[in-house]
Amino acid sequence: VSATFERRLTRDWDDPSVIGIEGYRAKGGYEALRNALSMEPAAIIETVKLAGLRGRGGAGFPTGMKWSFVPMDTGKPTYVVVNFDESEPGTCNNRELVDRDPHRLLEGTAIAALAIGCTTAFIYVRGEYLAQSLVLERAIREAYDAGFLGRGITGTEVDLDVILHRGAGAYICGEETALLSSLEGFRGQPRLRPPFPAVEGLYASPTVINNVETLMSVPDIIVRGPEWFREMGTEKSPGTKLFTISGKVERPGNYELPLGTPLRVLLEDLAAGVLGGRSLKAWTPGGSSTPLLTADHIDTPLDYESVAAAGSLLGTGAVMVLDDTDCVVDAAQRMTRFYAHESCGKCTPCREGTWWAERVLARIEEGHGTEEDVPVMRDMGKHIMFRAFCALADGAAAVIDSSLQHFADEFEDHVRLGRCPLRIPHEEVAPAV
Amino acid sequence: MAVLEGPRLDEAKEIVGRYPEGRQRSAIMPLLYLVQSVEGFVSRDGLTEVAGLLGLTTAEVEAVATFYTMYRLRPTGTHVVSVCTNLACTLRGARDVYEAAYQAAGMRHGQELSDDGEITLHEEECLGVCDAAPAVQINFANHDRVTSEQMRELVGALRAGELPEPARGPAVGSFKEASRVLAGLESEGASA
Repeated sequence: VSATFERRLTRDWDDPSVIGIEGYRAKGGYEALRNALSMEPAAIIETVKLAGLRGRGGAGFPTGMKWSFVPMDTGKPTYVVVNFDESEPGTCNNRELVDRDPHRLLEGTAIAALAIGCTTAFIYVRGEYLAQSLVLERAIREAYDAGFLGRGITGTEVDLDVILHRGAGAYICGEETALLSSLEGFRGQPRLRPPFPAVEGLYASPTVINNVETLMSVPDIIVRGPEWFREMGTEKSPGTKLFTISGKVERPGNYELPLGTPLRVLLEDLAAGVLGGRSLKAWTPGGSSTPLLTADHIDTPLDYESVAAAGSLLGTGAVMVLDDTDCVVDAAQRMTRFYAHESCGKCTPCREGTWWAERVLARIEEGHGTEEDVPVMRDMGKHIMFRAFCALADGAAAVIDSSLQHFADEFEDHVRLGRCPLRIPHEEVAPAV
Repeated sequence: MAVLEGPRLDEAKEIVGRYPEGRQRSAIMPLLYLVQSVEGFVSRDGLTEVAGLLGLTTAEVEAVATFYTMYRLRPTGTHVVSVCTNLACTLRGARDVYEAAYQAAGMRHGQELSDDGEITLHEEECLGVCDAAPAVQINFANHDRVTSEQMRELVGALRAGELPEPARGPAVGSFKEASRVLAGLESEGASA
């Protein structure tokens, strides 16, 4: 299947020359920016709207529509902020996109800036991506030197500066309003919406915040057009997307696929199946914040609608695979510990709920669970879901709810037996080649 | 003696100048990295100096510094070893790797800095290297598909005064030097 479609975002991944601006330009790079410079902002937005591009950071909101919400007549500056805080557990496609093709991100960012009349764009990169921040620093320098950034880009009267800002280890900063707080020099805590960032974002000015993969999809849409973009994917989820597959698979990695491709293709054809020929037990479609699915869902098409119909979310397209030797209670406890650690502390249901949930899950996993614990966990999700400012709490509740939904027997077995029936094996697993 | 003085103070002013006029508060994060590159962690004096540069109170800067895990607020090793134990890495054996790091560093559970002051060990949440799990970073440089045996070798090398080559990306040196890169500055002369 991997050979039956033409790769788009990853087409130059085998050619390291595109990391430098000369190599990127030799492949037609920055032509989309030249085209966009001759277009009215409204025409750029309309083109992206027609393509049906949806935000790749998790929510899947239509990108063109997001841009169209930005008022350009407020007398305030407008800002584009690139969300490169990629921190959703299981997700690393933005990292590889930037490592292999950094100028495409700058070009997409510049086109977004033109669409909303922005002259200062920010890239917020998570601190742990130190290597990628250096790749971007070099690319930004090259783009300034070549006249694609700075004063009067490509000889026009359009100015654009790009400022690289490094985070410092906080998952919550991937949430767009928390990211803005962080960028403004505050603790990375989410803000109440409305006002939405499109109206009152960075420095209380109209702001567009887009994911790396979203922006990198834009140059091709400008050059090749919306119809071309829609040739792949589904009606409501057009285009291709990068999926990260990890955990118990033979060949973990980032793979591009048309949206709507079933998990079976990603797992069996691209990732070469479950590690050691074992069987699929559970998987996350879009990182740890999306409800777990099971082997029964292996033919689910990976697009926003189909994954939602199966009871989960496409999220970031990060598939983590558990096999039949892995304990769901243990996995749920580890994921819940993550949310307890990363909760910003603003909202009580999230701050206290994740902490207690982790304690109870640990108790069950260690064989000290009581008969009350499973009902308590069922109840817990309800008191966290949709009761906090931001989606971090919903992600935490999704882990608990979905693991109980599909694997209630396993929780009850832990309590009944007074031990974990299925420890996550501690033996070293041979590295995939 | 100030933390930020001489060339470091010039760099601090350059960092503040990166942000739009009137938005200097945005420079808090890179300034904290700059302080960390000088001291090896962020001390109270460092917080106060950053506050002074931006016209804020020490408490306002401290509120930011305490929120983010990459700012170390206590004395820290020459090298920071971060072992991801989030789900994708745990499924590939990360718990054993983390345990191996502890043993190789001669540390007790709960101890974060080795007795010789060389190594700070940190259990990490997802480092975004799920495709090469288990993931380890040494001073934020990546080491891929690390086995327990390789973990022992990496820590052994650090204790012998060597800095292992990362699997990918440039070698940026010690934790202080990495902090300098994180401040958006060239790494040369970091520990001057």
